[in-house]
Amino acid sequence: MALTEQTQASLSGWGNFPRLRDARVLRARGEAEMRAAIAQERSLIARGNGRSYGDPAMGSRATLSLLPSDRLMAFDADSGVLTCEAGVMLADILDVFVPRGWFVPVTPGTKFVTVGGAIASNVHGKNHHGAGSFGNHVESLTLALADGRVVRCSPQENADLFAATCGGMGLTGVIVSASFRLMRIETAYIRQETHHAANLETVMAMFEANQAWTYSVAWIDCLARGPDLGRSLLYLGEHARADELPAGNGQPLVLPPKATRRVPIDFPAFALNRWSVRAFNALYYRRAQAGGSLIDYDSYFYPLDAILEWNRIYGRPGFLQFQCVLPKATAAAGLRLLLDRVARSGRASFLAVLKLLGKQDGLLSFPMEGYTLALDFPADTGTLGLMLELDAITADHGGRPYLAKDSRCGATLVRQGYPHLGEFQSIRARVDPTGKFSSLQSERLGL
Amino acid sequence: MTAASSQTVLILGAASDIGLALARAYARGGARLILAARDARRLETDAADLRLRSQAEVRLVDFDVLDIAGAGAFLDGLGDLPDVAVSMVGLLGDQAASATDPLTADLVMRSNYNGPAAILGELAQRMEKRGSGILIGVSSVAGDRGRATNYVYGSAKAGFTAFLSGLRQRLQGTGVHVITVKPGFVDTRMTAGMPLPKPLTAQPAEVADAILRAQAKGRDVVYVRPVWLLVMTIIRLLPEAVFKRTRI
Ligand SMILES: Cc1cc2nc3c(=O)[nH]c(=O)nc-3n(C[C@H](O)[C@H](O)[C@H](O)COP(=O)(O)OP(=O)(O)OC[C@H]3O[C@@H](n4cnc5c(N)ncnc54)[C@H](O)[C@@H]3O)c2cc1C
Repeated sequence: MALTEQTQASLSGWGNFPRLRDARVLRARGEAEMRAAIAQERSLIARGNGRSYGDPAMGSRATLSLLPSDRLMAFDADSGVLTCEAGVMLADILDVFVPRGWFVPVTPGTKFVTVGGAIASNVHGKNHHGAGSFGNHVESLTLALADGRVVRCSPQENADLFAATCGGMGLTGVIVSASFRLMRIETAYIRQETHHAANLETVMAMFEANQAWTYSVAWIDCLARGPDLGRSLLYLGEHARADELPAGNGQPLVLPPKATRRVPIDFPAFALNRWSVRAFNALYYRRAQAGGSLIDYDSYFYPLDAILEWNRIYGRPGFLQFQCVLPKATAAAGLRLLLDRVARSGRASFLAVLKLLGKQDGLLSFPMEGYTLALDFPADTGTLGLMLELDAITADHGGRPYLAKDSRCGATLVRQGYPHLGEFQSIRARVDPTGKFSSLQSERLGL
Repeated sequence: MTAASSQTVLILGAASDIGLALARAYARGGARLILAARDARRLETDAADLRLRSQAEVRLVDFDVLDIAGAGAFLDGLGDLPDVAVSMVGLLGDQAASATDPLTADLVMRSNYNGPAAILGELAQRMEKRGSGILIGVSSVAGDRGRATNYVYGSAKAGFTAFLSGLRQRLQGTGVHVITVKPGFVDTRMTAGMPLPKPLTAQPAEVADAILRAQAKGRDVVYVRPVWLLVMTIIRLLPEAVFKRTRI
């Protein structure tokens, strides 16, 4: 079996930090090629579309790209269960199935992730409080193991391996294919309500009060301080019913085609600073119209995808995302400290997002009942220092970092934050005793 | 793309990356597909994908381009003559091996010229009789001038390009149109591991789009990335005495 192999001058995650020089990338189309790669390599890690920010989808010896494994395999229109190869992107699934009245059960803030990546990171969406993570909707998956076997895992079959694989960051094996449930929709539109929240207490109370909404997310102005700390816009959403669309829309499931834009070059570092972000944030907060509106699902879920390669606005050095979750009991105090620390640092975060998460699921999965805060920063030494302080606040409040966003965390924070890590490691030791599946991240964190 | 809808499209060499990208593009446009490849069963997952994605009608058939004597029987076996036939068949081979081993060279020549020309020639006969059809041959910019780095492959593609050109002229006015497609570098498994310059390298889906566009517009010769026309024109115009000393 001839495997295609490429040496890439540099490989990185979405944050462009860190970069791996002269990375070996193998490409697999279908199960046979995945198994051939596993047999041939001493150490490797699966890679979807590289939308994780840091180093979980990069192997120090080899990286196995699953993008060529992008085939839909079966769909049951009665149950809505779709079976596909792991390299299929959510974007493709939406293109095919939205016009037929189906939507993905859980989606992250970009649709350019693969099904394998969504399972391996057990991604959450704006509906986690109601729907749980992506893995909660997976009926079964097939996993190629270190010893060359391919096994089926589900909540019933090889249940422990299933639990370790959802959120397992590719460390249990290569997900070959998966079957998961799509959900019915009547239209391709979201009925959205926007609310202004003057500060952190207000927005948290609003999250609690609006749990009946399917989707909720808040954008925080993380440069606001003092009494304005946590000033935010809360976005609530529901899939619009056909009778909620303006009369005369004959094709409620079809969106008019849209143009995408590309960021032409890496931005110079000076373009993003505390003044430009402060001005942007203030304007954004004030200009937002409170009240209801109907918007297409693409603009609602994936506003950033409309600008391809927006990660380049952070320039050559790349950027880091800080994302943690804090349990409900300590969230108010912890978030206050985190936001205060960021605001005082004056460091610009363009993207600051707050979400309410539901129950814990899986062994190494990120979500737990509480609040998650995500912040983007340019990759520089000042940021690294700030993030260490944010880590400490996270640890003090019983929180944990999100591995899919991480590129620089310490092992201690991860060990403390993930109480099931030991269980995960013993399952991993059983199915992969030599640690064949390993990433830069797993080596760094001793996963 | 309405032009392709409800047509039957035969893709010869469908298992290649470009072939599969082309199948997706045609299926999206509503075409009925016949995917021909050596050991076509390998394409069952792809066929399932096409049926699911585009609710396309897909048939898989075994096809060996080297079986020149069997070309007629192969077409008879299809039942109705397709509206469009695309030859994606090709074998890059290894130039060093082709240069030293006559049998390796022979395989490259037969795979890129004799075989594709034979099957398209047979299709042309039948389409001419019917009075309609579109024949699309995927050749290569490598056929525009023989170069040290791939002259065995390039010469076979040159032959195929000349064949398509002649066929097009012969079929003028018969209702059968012949399109020559010249991709430059394409990011496929055939070229994996080669250091390809990004601006000159197309994705398989880009080649597929170029082919559908060429069909819709009734073009004769298409360079997938237009920059290749410029590049190859310059390379073609270099006097042999100069060219032989270059490392192009
Ligand atoms: C703009 C943006 C918004 C985001 N928003 C959210 C959000 O709202 N919620 C959220 O949860 N996440 C979010 N993310 C993170 C993203 O959802 C995850 O990083 C996701 O895992 C990326 O998928 P991918 O296919 O690109 O995987 P990659 O980044 O390529 O890989 C991620 C991990 O999955 C593993 N993996 C990939 N494929 C396989 C496979 N077939 N078998 C085994 N392991 C595999 C890799 O080894 C790696 O550990 C966001 C990311 C971006 C860029």
